[in-house]
Amino acid sequence: MYRRLMASEAPISCSIVVESKPSAVVEVCKEILTKLETHSFGKDDVFAVHLTLEEAFLNAVKHGNKMDPTKKVRIDYSVDSDKVEISVTDEGNGFVPDAVADPRIGPGLFEPGGRGLLLMSAYMDTVKYNQRGNSVYMVRYKEKPNLKKGLGETDV
Amino acid sequence: MAAVKPMISVEYAGNATIVRFTDEKILEEKDIKALQDSILPIIESASGRINLILDFGNVRFLSSAVLGLLIRISKRIYECEGQLKLCNISPKIYEIFKITRLTKTFDIYESIEGAIEDLAQNE
Repeated sequence: MYRRLMASEAPISCSIVVESKPSAVVEVCKEILTKLETHSFGKDDVFAVHLTLEEAFLNAVKHGNKMDPTKKVRIDYSVDSDKVEISVTDEGNGFVPDAVADPRIGPGLFEPGGRGLLLMSAYMDTVKYNQRGNSVYMVRYKEKPNLKKGLGETDV
Repeated sequence: MAAVKPMISVEYAGNATIVRFTDEKILEEKDIKALQDSILPIIESASGRINLILDFGNVRFLSSAVLGLLIRISKRIYECEGQLKLCNISPKIYEIFKITRLTKTFDIYESIEGAIEDLAQNE
């Protein structure tokens, strides 16, 4: 389901290193979402990136760094007029994405957890993990509203 | 004294208990824990089975942790042989339910009136 990331695939222009605590995601979101708005990304894009950042960051803090307050989370990102690229890296031992059960099937549907990775994959155009499994690289391309209208969609 | 964030309001209509989320965003774990600590006692204190409607009309953003809370709430209600209905979910939030296939797990209604009507018919 996920492809391993080669380091050269992630051209990144900004980096933020924050404390490994859930509330630290607020400033990270503020910084990146502001840049999306500056680059005229639409509401759907902002919603998608916001949700993905929340999920990826919380995974890094809880599952990666195991709520260890001495550890850090690093966010590398780049925003241009066409796309946003984000990497979220923790200091944990990593995990195997393919080993995570699909929460849409069988007993997973009634489990409280396990939906963050699914949402990240659904809302981003690219989601890749590094070999160690402690860093996720994601890309979302800007929605093209004019193209959507040309395909028959209308403003809501 | 620390400010108390109003996370829910509760009202009663017919045989239904309506819990309305008052915040636009439900994200932080402490908020989700606070919601759980507010809602579970309502279920526990009901005499017998409860018909609970969760109104998402104010909610514009939530994380997957909220979905986990809904699963925990639903399990508790079904243990008491009660019913759980969700309503007033915005299109963007509904998309999250669709992606995770929770539209197949929860009874979701467009309006609170639809949820109340359905509960009344099932009595």
